Amino acid sequence: MNLSLISLEILVGTLGLLILLVDLWLPPERKRRLGYIAAAALVLLFVNTFTAHSSCALSGTAFGGLFVQDALAVFFKRMFLLAGVVVLLMAVEFADRVAAGISEYYALILFALTGMLFAASANNLVMLYVAIELITVTFFVLVSFTRGRVTALEAGVKYLIIGALSSAFMVYGLALVWGITGKLDFNELAMVSEQYLGNRVFQVGVLLVLVGIGFKIVAFPFHIWAPDVYQGAPSPSAAFLAFGSKTAGFVLLLRFLFGAVPALTMHWEKLLLVLAAITILYGNLGALPQRNLQRLLGYSSIAHAGYLLLGVAALTNAGQAAILYYLGGYLFTTLAAFVVIVAVLRHLGTEDIGGLAGLHRRSPFLAATLALAMISLAGIPPLVGFFGKFLLFKAVIERGAENHGYYLLAFVALVGVVISFYYYFGVVKALYFSQGAPDSAPIAVSWPLKAAAGGCIIGMIWLGIAPNSLWTVARRAVGALAGMD
Amino acid sequence: MTILTLIFLLPILAAIALAFVPRNFAVIMRAVAVGVTFVTMLLAVQMFWQFNGAPADEHGYKFVGTIPGLGAESLGIACKFGVDGLNVGLVLMGAIVAFAAACCAFEIQSREKEFYLLLLTMTGGILGAFMSLDLFFFYFLHELALVPTFIMIGVWGRGERRNYATFQITLYLSFGALLALIGLIALYLQMPADARTFAIPALTQYFAAHTMALGAQNFIFPLLLFGFGILVSLWPFHSWAALGYSSAPSATAMLHAGVLKKFGLYGLIRVALPMMPEATQGWMTLLAWLCLGNILYVGWVAIRQKDLNLLYGNSSVAHMGFVFLGIASLNLVGVTGAVLIMVAHGFLAALTFGLSGFIYHHTGTLVMCELGGLARRMRFIGTAFVMAAMAGCGLPGFLNFWGEITVFFGAWTEPALRAVVVLAIWGALIIGAVYMLRAVRTVMHGPSDEARAYAPNVADATLWRKLPYALLIASLLVFGFFPRLLTEKIKPVTEQIVSLATAVRTAPDSAPAIIAEVPGAPAAPLRTAANP
Repeated sequence: MNLSLISLEILVGTLGLLILLVDLWLPPERKRRLGYIAAAALVLLFVNTFTAHSSCALSGTAFGGLFVQDALAVFFKRMFLLAGVVVLLMAVEFADRVAAGISEYYALILFALTGMLFAASANNLVMLYVAIELITVTFFVLVSFTRGRVTALEAGVKYLIIGALSSAFMVYGLALVWGITGKLDFNELAMVSEQYLGNRVFQVGVLLVLVGIGFKIVAFPFHIWAPDVYQGAPSPSAAFLAFGSKTAGFVLLLRFLFGAVPALTMHWEKLLLVLAAITILYGNLGALPQRNLQRLLGYSSIAHAGYLLLGVAALTNAGQAAILYYLGGYLFTTLAAFVVIVAVLRHLGTEDIGGLAGLHRRSPFLAATLALAMISLAGIPPLVGFFGKFLLFKAVIERGAENHGYYLLAFVALVGVVISFYYYFGVVKALYFSQGAPDSAPIAVSWPLKAAAGGCIIGMIWLGIAPNSLWTVARRAVGALAGMD
Repeated sequence: MTILTLIFLLPILAAIALAFVPRNFAVIMRAVAVGVTFVTMLLAVQMFWQFNGAPADEHGYKFVGTIPGLGAESLGIACKFGVDGLNVGLVLMGAIVAFAAACCAFEIQSREKEFYLLLLTMTGGILGAFMSLDLFFFYFLHELALVPTFIMIGVWGRGERRNYATFQITLYLSFGALLALIGLIALYLQMPADARTFAIPALTQYFAAHTMALGAQNFIFPLLLFGFGILVSLWPFHSWAALGYSSAPSATAMLHAGVLKKFGLYGLIRVALPMMPEATQGWMTLLAWLCLGNILYVGWVAIRQKDLNLLYGNSSVAHMGFVFLGIASLNLVGVTGAVLIMVAHGFLAALTFGLSGFIYHHTGTLVMCELGGLARRMRFIGTAFVMAAMAGCGLPGFLNFWGEITVFFGAWTEPALRAVVVLAIWGALIIGAVYMLRAVRTVMHGPSDEARAYAPNVADATLWRKLPYALLIASLLVFGFFPRLLTEKIKPVTEQIVSLATAVRTAPDSAPAIIAEVPGAPAAPLRTAANP
């Protein structure tokens, strides 16, 4: 029992409970401020991860190997904390549209964050399941929190049904894997997985676990919920879903594929290749006709899961590090887009892309933020999206000499990127080119949200032109995983 | 900080600074853009002037300088600039065209802040791409310059088909650029894992000493050839060009057609040729025939155009054919000629699109049958128009003449290309003359109908507006009378590139390397090495 290792998780969880408690005594008009306090606390925790007093400075395992603290976990935990800060700030901005108690909303965000922090450290199939459930169950509520809106309810129900279904698949998979091998710990599984390579039941078990994770990362064919849920969910929830839930899925995927069953993973390169290719094409083609911004981001989220799967399919440390780098950039990019959605939609009352017309006159700063986010998602220099895609492409092409399928995959990804230019530029076009704005009153934005957007812009540009530091950290973080180089 | 880093940073920093100027100060925006491009041009002229005397590093590059902090050491990426004879002319041309474009941007009357910001980004990006000694930044900076083009066409473009043109050029060029990117990454990965770097000199040196596997060459070379080819509007991938240019604001068309488009050609000569000689030799025959598509087919299309800008757009595509022919000849004279045309066409394309922009601004139309007799009222513009047409036909005295003639001489010495050369000369002399002279006849000569709606607006350029055109014509004439200024710089580099590209080596895939060292072993014949 090593409690100091999980002090970060305990602190975030306690923070959520405290907010629920304080809510009881706080007059209603001041409840909204709680979000700022929670965000400030998370900033402190984030800064603290760089000091020696934090659990992130330690390494080792806790709870008999259930929980592992290593460079990979720390990398993801810092991203989750940053995402939590921005999402809380969005929630404050969003507060007047929430009929139910806003404090519960803050607390749920913190609980989901706790789940993500645990996911980053999961080193055991049980821990993996618990972390995923903690995230998923809190998101059931977060997604349908504005329960007066039909779309939110629809989103909540869809997420609930499909989420429960995939959890069921996952439990079944866990049972099969455990039944065959008798192991739950990733390190122990890695040692025995080679001897079960040909075992069909074992393979099915692993596949079913992947179904559960595929639901989290929104990979084809487990993506069907994403567009509806992104569209219907309150914007801060959608933002947290887009970054946090997907990223938690990816850290679990990396840990499971390369930490628990590396021998099997190395045999499944074809499966991963095909999954990545279809996910990229599906997401990008699906996004083409979308007119609702959040729905478009839902499809774009599928496409980005596909790009990230490129790094998984490469089966190398370079590919895994590229995933980490890409997610680092995705953090700033997605959140920047959602910050603008939160700040603008409140005045707009519509989520249609056409409603963005004239935004560059009403708020040049927000327009620039959204435009930069779209350009970065499209992968155009000098923003981080380009360098992330560059690393992923490089990892894939590197494998091309051994298996020409990788060249084909790179080509499919290229086609996907070109398709994506069309709809990302459609948003930029609506922002800057289109005439006839319905309203031209300036949009006021609270300064914390402005600061968050500014931080995202700086992050996008800085990681785009000076990638060295984050890349070095990402390379070090994947050292614990198995890979071909 | 070397002069090159200054040439790159000045426009970029000015663009960043503009972002913080309130949008009401349009005059300041314009003054900053014109002033900064002017200083950049002066720096480029100074650099060009000092080039011969400047010390070179061990790879032959001069004024080498790095911007620390950019890039990733662990991946072998560094932001490093340098020039040799191949790109010194291009940088000078780019800087002059950028200044001319900024001067010609007076027609922009809305959202000046964004326009000049993008114009400066484009200038810095493309000059940086030409000077970059790092393959990553070579691509990165080109993309940085390319994306503003799309936005500028979309926002400030003209014509009914503007939206269509924007999306067409965006998707087409992005696809080409990404193809080239895959090729460049694959090229980088051909280095052994511990020595991987994006430094162009190191890559050239490595592949000169170690032949790349033939399979890899034949995979990478077409990616670069067609990726860059799409960017340069190689036939049959040219259809974005004419419509895109005719829809673009003139400053954008000047910079893109004049400078940005040369990136693909420069990439082919700098990267593809010297590093993959076997594939180069195998693919050059195909390239030579494709370039006829540019010269003959697109030239023929240009003859049929009714819109002046579409005519200029097609003619600019047609001129690229000569550059491809020069590259395909793979000898010193031909490749040197190709570089000369790249510089010459930069000035010429900027001049033509600048002139058409001026005419459009005054008449509101570019449909040729609605224009006529403009030379009567626009004496200076009329003269410049005729001179541009003459330069486009390759009249001696203009730099274009030297470029085309050297390309033809170079290509003629390759027996396999003689048929192509005959057809190309025909295209250059007849087709080029037909469309250029027809444009002069319908637009400048003929009766000037005073009843036309635009007639009261027709006026000649003021002294200040004359400046960019005078500058571009002067550049064409100066280099046209003293081509030595360029050729003496270009020659040593092209000599080296051509000797690398035509080297006859025993390919590692077909035979063990030891055979190459056996004295008296028969060398493989030139064009069959890669095409057995």
